[in-house]
Amino acid sequence: MIVFNKVSKIYLPNCKALDNINLTINSKEFVSIAGRSGAGKSTLIRLLIKEEFPTKGNIFWGKQDIGQIRDKDLPIWRRQIGMIFQDFRLLPNKTAYENIAFAMEVSDWTKQEIERDVPQLLKLVNLIDRADHFPSQLSGGEQQRVAIARALAHRPDILVADEPTGNLDLLHTWEIIRLLIKINELGTTVILSTHDRDIINGLDKRVVTIEKGKIIKDDENGKYILF
Amino acid sequence: MFASLIRVTKSGGLSFWRNKWLSVATIIVMSLAIFGITNLLLVNVLIDSLITNLEDKIDISVYFNLDTSEEQILATRDSLIELSQVKSVEYISTGEALKNFKAKHQDNQVLMQSLQELETNPLEAALNIKAQVASQYESIVNFLEKEEYQKVIDKINYQENRTVIARLSSITTTIRQVGFIGLAILAILAILVTFNTIRLTIYSSRKEIKVMKLVGASNWFIRGPFVIEGAIYGIVAVLATLAVLFPLLWYLSPKITTYLPGTDLLYFFQTNFIALLLLQLLVGIVMGTVSSIIAVRRYLDA
Ligand SMILES: Nc1ncnc2c1ncn2[C@@H]1O[C@H](COP(=O)(O)OP(=O)(O)OP(=O)(O)O)[C@@H](O)[C@H]1O
Ligand SMILES: [Mg+2]
Repeated sequence: MIVFNKVSKIYLPNCKALDNINLTINSKEFVSIAGRSGAGKSTLIRLLIKEEFPTKGNIFWGKQDIGQIRDKDLPIWRRQIGMIFQDFRLLPNKTAYENIAFAMEVSDWTKQEIERDVPQLLKLVNLIDRADHFPSQLSGGEQQRVAIARALAHRPDILVADEPTGNLDLLHTWEIIRLLIKINELGTTVILSTHDRDIINGLDKRVVTIEKGKIIKDDENGKYILF
Repeated sequence: MFASLIRVTKSGGLSFWRNKWLSVATIIVMSLAIFGITNLLLVNVLIDSLITNLEDKIDISVYFNLDTSEEQILATRDSLIELSQVKSVEYISTGEALKNFKAKHQDNQVLMQSLQELETNPLEAALNIKAQVASQYESIVNFLEKEEYQKVIDKINYQENRTVIARLSSITTTIRQVGFIGLAILAILAILVTFNTIRLTIYSSRKEIKVMKLVGASNWFIRGPFVIEGAIYGIVAVLATLAVLFPLLWYLSPKITTYLPGTDLLYFFQTNFIALLLLQLLVGIVMGTVSSIIAVRRYLDA
């Protein structure tokens, strides 16, 4: 269970990105975060992985206050999360294969497990013939799919996807969304940030809508309400 | 633990290879640094042999009264040799002194004539003493001031040589100090330049470091490959240095020997090769790894 308790984030000097957010996400839930560009979706996610710190309020994972995690233990917390970044953030000097393998190496998976899983993940995102390409040799959508595979590789408890389909065509978009649903059914908490109306309407899952840093709507089986 | 050590090593080696051009630039800088340090070390060897050459030319002579027995002189020699300051003592008997004198002045008819007219040998027996270092003559002379020696010693030519010895000893000390300070300054410069170069290569990876942190890599897992890469820089730089230094010495050493007889840099290099290699490797690897660790730290904390 993830709990945001009265969380505010002000980027210096005075950009109020999040304003008094109260949000509870249960284990194994599938939650979409909807909102216009600049609403604060990515900020919410950055707080969760401790890339940024809340100006006010606390974030809990179960009983653990994320703000209290010591630097030494931070990697362990981050390994519970699979993160798909809006801007991909692949390692430019590693191939597609190595980028995915890196997430597993970090979490101490064995060589055999890595050699077994990485090709499967590449197949899953339809990139097996691009395994040895560097990010600079991949299209935007291909990079995004590598980023997705990397986020899944170490079997995280929580999958956080920030706009994971922004660069994909319709066919790939729905393939990815179906993948996320399947992963969720296998027991992973999924947090999906998007401003894509069709995705949200097609999902028929919980939708949290943010506007100007505030939660304005939180619906089970939600629909996209912004224009 | 062992598995991640292998991973880190592989990753460092791979990164070294993929960043070939950046690596080459760093290695050139490091090679220059190691080359400079080694050369100054060799120059210090040259200076040392130059000084030894000079110091070998000075000695003091102790002349004994004509009625001193040979045993007494030899006893004095033995106790002198016991002194740690003394490098060598050469005994010149009265007979030898005469022979030397004749050989030296054989063309001088007047002198030869008058020598012949003397009934006995007028030349005193002597001990020629060389000290380890020029500044030690004073204490050797002090040692000979003891009562038992004063009885048999006629004179010591130290007073006449004193100023020469003093000046030489101060010059040699200064040269040694200058050589050492030069070595130290160059070493510090080389270390700073190397550190800066490595810092630049790591600066170009700062975004990568952040991403690695965000996907949950521990600090050692991130740092490791950079440290390995730094060590590889050091090792390759040492090999590159040797590849230049060896032919250079092979070519220059005979020329230096003609100017400074008794100095053979190539020979010195060959006999001390293992020690030099280890020293260079130590310098190279320590510079490479420590620079990497310090440079990465900035981005790990961020
Ligand atoms: N590092 C930063 N410094 C200052 N302001 C920032 C920073 N990051 C984000 N902001 C501001 O905070 C607000 C929320 O940004 P955020 O990235 O969370 O939006 P978003 O909902 O993810 O938008 P998008 O859908 O375009 O990705 C924006 O107004 C943005 O300008
Ligand atoms: Mg965003």
